[in-house]
Amino acid sequence: MAGSGLQIFVAYPSLGPRGAQYRWYPFQGTPPPQWLRFGGWLGGARHWHFAIAWFLILNGVLYLVYLFARGEWRRRLFLPQRDLVNAALMFGYYTRLRKTPPPVDFYNGLQRLAYTSAILFGIVMVLSGLAIYKPVQLHFLTVPFGGYDGARAVHLAGLCLLTLFVANHLVLVALHPRELLNMITGGKRG
Amino acid sequence: MARLLTRRGFIVGASAASLLTGCKSGPVTGFLGAMNSWNQRVDGVLFSPSRLAPELPASEQTPEKDFPSYFISDSMPFPPANWVLKVGGMVDRPTTFTLEQLKQMPRTEMRIRHHCVEGWSAVASWQGVRLSEIAKLVSVDPRAKYVEFRSFDSDYWSSWDLGSGLHPQTLLAYGMNGNQLYPDHGAPLRVYSAVKLGYKMVKYLTAINFLPTATGGYWEDQGYEWFGGV
Repeated sequence: MAGSGLQIFVAYPSLGPRGAQYRWYPFQGTPPPQWLRFGGWLGGARHWHFAIAWFLILNGVLYLVYLFARGEWRRRLFLPQRDLVNAALMFGYYTRLRKTPPPVDFYNGLQRLAYTSAILFGIVMVLSGLAIYKPVQLHFLTVPFGGYDGARAVHLAGLCLLTLFVANHLVLVALHPRELLNMITGGKRG
Repeated sequence: MARLLTRRGFIVGASAASLLTGCKSGPVTGFLGAMNSWNQRVDGVLFSPSRLAPELPASEQTPEKDFPSYFISDSMPFPPANWVLKVGGMVDRPTTFTLEQLKQMPRTEMRIRHHCVEGWSAVASWQGVRLSEIAKLVSVDPRAKYVEFRSFDSDYWSSWDLGSGLHPQTLLAYGMNGNQLYPDHGAPLRVYSAVKLGYKMVKYLTAINFLPTATGGYWEDQGYEWFGGV
């Protein structure tokens, strides 16, 4: 999705409408590098993007159904009242401001925050993507993003945030390789 | 028809051969082809013949110098001296229109956002006559489900589903931003619609044909989506 999206972005590597491009975006007119792109050209990348998007949505919907049908959301999602303090303490521990980690049950607060925001980013990506795909037929979706060009900016920002999430994940896995097995198998039950 | 099928066969074969090279490869096949057919159906279901794109205030209008204009010919196409629009295909009364005759028909004006397949948007106001008015005049056969636009820009063309063609915001435009249409934007007459991507809106019109089958298009045959709705 990311590679084909960036290939699509190459055709107009700017944000904001023609003649009124956004001043806050520092990379106006700069296409993403070749090695990040996928799909060959604009038409090919669009076909890939709109084909895989269905499987991304299907995957996301199945995950959300599982999360709520099995009550998993209670131990996996970030609930500010329960997790905010824990997340702050954990942040302090990671940044060596505190010597001891706070007590952790299934996930720590910081993990819950990260996973929950990734889900939210995913939802925003799907909604902003649909808003760009059908800005007239699904006009109501463009409105919360500030119109077609706003949705386009949000869609790119969402990609950056999800990339940060993945990169952060990879760094942490590299630091704790034993966790990789647990992440794939689900770890110990209980 | 036979000629068309042969050409389609050729394009499909060529696309299979060039799929791995990553160049413009014609209509997609295999997994992407199946997903493209599915998406085309979704496109048709999402399309509403009555849903209107919002009209925008003058303050949102794009400065004309910033509104891109594309043509496929090597140089700007100019109309022949005796330019007329031919409307035919499956119609009861095939008709030829001069620009003056079109201007005497009911005039529609709209200022809406343009969505290009490349990702940019721009705003202009367009003046013209609804295609649905023309369809009424020539009386389209109910078996015609598609409409095809032809041009004098090196034969650039595109075919549409009839529903999008008869949408109240689909015009044959002879004016842009209150002026007569300039050659870079398709003078003397172009298609302008709120419900299609830019490459579907044929400029430099010469002919409109109401047809029982879809006939592809210049970009569509190179791999852009055929429906191209927004």
